[in-house]
Amino acid sequence: MNQNWIPYRRELDYGTPEVQSRQQVTLAVDGQSVTVSAGTTVMRAAMLAGVSIPRLCATDSLEPFGSCRLCLVEIEGRDGMPASCTTEVDEGMQVSTQSRRLAGIRRNVMELYISDHPLDCLTCPTNGDCELQDMAGAVGLREVRYGYQGANHLDEAKDDSNPYFTFDPSKCIVCSRCVRACEEVQGTFALTISGRGFQSKVSASADEPFRDSECVSCGACVKACPTATLAEKSLISMGQPEHSVITTCAYCGVGCSFRAEMKGSEVVRMVPNKDGHANHGHSCVKGRFAFGYATHPDRITRPMIRDSIHEPWRKVSWDEAIGFAARRLRQIQEKYGRLAIGGITSSRCTNEETYLVQKMVRAAFGNNNVDTCARVCHSPTGYGLKTTLGESAGTQRFDSVMQADVIVVIGANPTDAHPVFASQMKQRLRQGARLIVVDPRAIDLVRSPNIAADYHLQLRPGTNVALINALAHVVVTENLHDPAFIESRCEAEAYQAWRDFISLQENSPESLESVTGVPADQVRGAARLYAAAGNGAIYYGLGVTEHSQGSTMVLGIANLAMATGNLGREGTGVNPLRGQNNVQGSCDMGSFPHELPGYRHISDEAVRRQFEQSWGVTLLSEPGYRIPNMFDAAISGEFKALYVQGEDVAQSDPDTQHVTAALESLECMIVQDLFLNETAKFAHVFLPGSSFLEKNGTFTNAERRISPVRKVRPPLAGKEDWEVTAALSNALGYPMDYRHPREIMDEIASLTPTFAGVSYELLDRLGSVQWPCNASSPGGTPTMHVGEFVRGKGFFAVTPYVQTDERTTRRYPLLLTTGRILSQYNVGAQTRRTENLQWHDEDRLEMHPADAELRGIGHGDWVGLRSRAGETVMRADVSERVQPGVVYTTFHHPNSGANVVTTDNSDWATNCPEYKVTAVQAYPVSQVSEWQQRFRRFDREQQNHLAGAEEPETG
Amino acid sequence: MTVSVDKLIRMAEQIGANVSISTDPDIVAERLADHLRRFWDPRMREELCRAADQGVVLSPAVTAAVAMLKSSK
Repeated sequence: MNQNWIPYRRELDYGTPEVQSRQQVTLAVDGQSVTVSAGTTVMRAAMLAGVSIPRLCATDSLEPFGSCRLCLVEIEGRDGMPASCTTEVDEGMQVSTQSRRLAGIRRNVMELYISDHPLDCLTCPTNGDCELQDMAGAVGLREVRYGYQGANHLDEAKDDSNPYFTFDPSKCIVCSRCVRACEEVQGTFALTISGRGFQSKVSASADEPFRDSECVSCGACVKACPTATLAEKSLISMGQPEHSVITTCAYCGVGCSFRAEMKGSEVVRMVPNKDGHANHGHSCVKGRFAFGYATHPDRITRPMIRDSIHEPWRKVSWDEAIGFAARRLRQIQEKYGRLAIGGITSSRCTNEETYLVQKMVRAAFGNNNVDTCARVCHSPTGYGLKTTLGESAGTQRFDSVMQADVIVVIGANPTDAHPVFASQMKQRLRQGARLIVVDPRAIDLVRSPNIAADYHLQLRPGTNVALINALAHVVVTENLHDPAFIESRCEAEAYQAWRDFISLQENSPESLESVTGVPADQVRGAARLYAAAGNGAIYYGLGVTEHSQGSTMVLGIANLAMATGNLGREGTGVNPLRGQNNVQGSCDMGSFPHELPGYRHISDEAVRRQFEQSWGVTLLSEPGYRIPNMFDAAISGEFKALYVQGEDVAQSDPDTQHVTAALESLECMIVQDLFLNETAKFAHVFLPGSSFLEKNGTFTNAERRISPVRKVRPPLAGKEDWEVTAALSNALGYPMDYRHPREIMDEIASLTPTFAGVSYELLDRLGSVQWPCNASSPGGTPTMHVGEFVRGKGFFAVTPYVQTDERTTRRYPLLLTTGRILSQYNVGAQTRRTENLQWHDEDRLEMHPADAELRGIGHGDWVGLRSRAGETVMRADVSERVQPGVVYTTFHHPNSGANVVTTDNSDWATNCPEYKVTAVQAYPVSQVSEWQQRFRRFDREQQNHLAGAEEPETG
Repeated sequence: MTVSVDKLIRMAEQIGANVSISTDPDIVAERLADHLRRFWDPRMREELCRAADQGVVLSPAVTAAVAMLKSSK
């Protein structure tokens, strides 16, 4: 029996949220003694005593509301019948939840509800899982004395505009749970109760259809609804699930825990897990609803091979495809040397799969030409945090934000890219934490319902380091630093060198104002606010890393946190928001060419020997090629074969034409993926991948949290991704005989000190764990660098501002910066194959009205976008979210060609591409670019090769 | 030729600009050389050294770092 398959039941609901207090209170509920924290409600205390009080408007994800009047109780010595959801416990309190009087009132309440509710329970989507139905049973409702003919809402029209759920007002009991979920949990405030009295009803925005409203489709309202008013369309079509499996979302770096609610091997719905340590029962539109790609008809489920990319594919057996790939790799090595091939691991795959790919490259390929897509996103984080603090990871857990007094968001757009964490951050902001946003664009967080940033430092793209230096200059020169922390925790000599540097007048806000474009008084104000915070927390994203000085900026952020003593405790820290689900894990697992698992340099002889002994091979002691180096070497004819697992470099990497030229020049390209993505169009071997629903393993999120990924149905192509890598390795002559990913994790734990305590048994027991997890921290490490930095003393690195080579000119007078949108994920391979397309079916170019007018460009017009790298065409979105001189686009659609325009300029330390700064020109056009015409032709050719894939001969 | 020489030189110069945090040229060169040793594939380092031998104009920091790379072979 699979212990992770749980017969379906509704999650236990305690009615009101947990309260934590040192003061404990003992009371009796129906004679049952129970001790709870002071401040707990009677309703929750009753549940903890095993007594369920009838309720409809209460649920433990929301603050008590006290509207339904079902949860009334009697309390000895008190008059009346207080609502148990809004009444706090008292020492010695004697509560009765059942009496003839209470029963009569509850029945009366239910009679009123049911007199205006359809009696179609047998055909209702939530039949068997409806709280209203349950309460009718609980109170013993037998008749409705008011009849059903009075004024009612039974003919209200259903709103099925949202692609994923319906709103049926005829079933609404106006309990406000949806409205409160939208406010308290999600923080969007899209829903409201409009009208009064009998006319009261739930409205999305100003009574708009859900799809057109401000609703972000996070699903919180659907989850909170006690009736069928808000119900998933998949539930409506499939019926109630029969079992569930707890697993981890495969979208962003928040790593939400979900219950995959199943009917056999079909997913009925994905419901956020209330016990999930990263998300606490919340979700976003991607994780909650956009899982249909996993069964999309575009999935390729048969291995395929071909000799040339201009030939149709041949469908073959797994053995033939693996054998073909292994032969080609070995032939190429015989001809060009063993260094002529390499591999790319995936941040979308599991830790175990990533570990195996890098192991295969190092042990079976016999070189260190392995890299991962973190190269193009967070490689500067690894470099910067390792240098300053000693570990290549964020310092906190997400929950830490609830202790922060000042939150600094730099180059990150959490409401779009990390929406569930953004909701938690917004909860804290609504509680009163202050906010500083550093971003060239006016992201939603700058001003949203009940939230306004104290400072929006709207800097020019490419001037991050100048700004962080200016902030630090203020901290040091105005004596806002934390001398005790610096003295006890940091290297004195390095600090003095940094202090001398940062105090220079050239680093003052006034000196740098002309560089950053940010008024000096705003910089000073923001620096004072952060430095004076009891707890100051910095969150950053790719707007920090994807620059020519990405690594310097990470160093600068760490410097600022150390200088103000904002490290080593809850509420503080340096927190990179990782883009993809397993970016942290793919880095942890030794995907970089210079590092073995656990961020240990390949030149470290003692570490290398440990791996050599375990793996039974001799490893090269020098770093191999990074991804851009591989491409350059491919074009120069020296690099000949590449194995790519679960990545789409032809769409995601910069300077598309350079990338595709490199891929085209390879003699053997092996792609393992769910779909024929842009990269696979250049492949000679296609190995079908498995979705996150089809395999076992683990993901590690942005807070270093290792969470289980569990197989809820068999892989469509018959193999989990780790099995494919192992088969290829075996065919290459390097044996891998794992029977289950847990054995791979055991090997990782045996070789990686920070993972030494991690096992599947531990994850089953704890649910998830944050590394380091070993003998000194067996339950994991929520906060790093407590008392001492991992490297011992913190290192202040001097951070000179060096202007990027990518500069505006008369020919290219605008700066392009790229980013993401809520409904789409990365290259869109998954989300474009879901109904999320309804919100974003093309990438557009955001442009300030002044720039648009100057060029004669109107909203929605076709715009040519040209840089020194290439030219593409997309439609204009004229918007004041961007400042004059700056344009912005997303890269979720391959034919928009955002990366045709981005250049090969990169971070000095890590070669992370400078996606955030490209000098461009924009102009009105009437047709697509030459590149887009070539793209369409090549795409048609490759789709034909796929459609014409030949079946193997039989007999 | 491995990676484009022009690109290698540009990358080396960018590293040089970012590690030029000391007035002592030997320290700057050592940091630059150390970075190239730790993060560059040896073929790329060799290519850079070859370019220097062929008389390509490099900044003093990169020139000194190349000399260190050569002497540590």
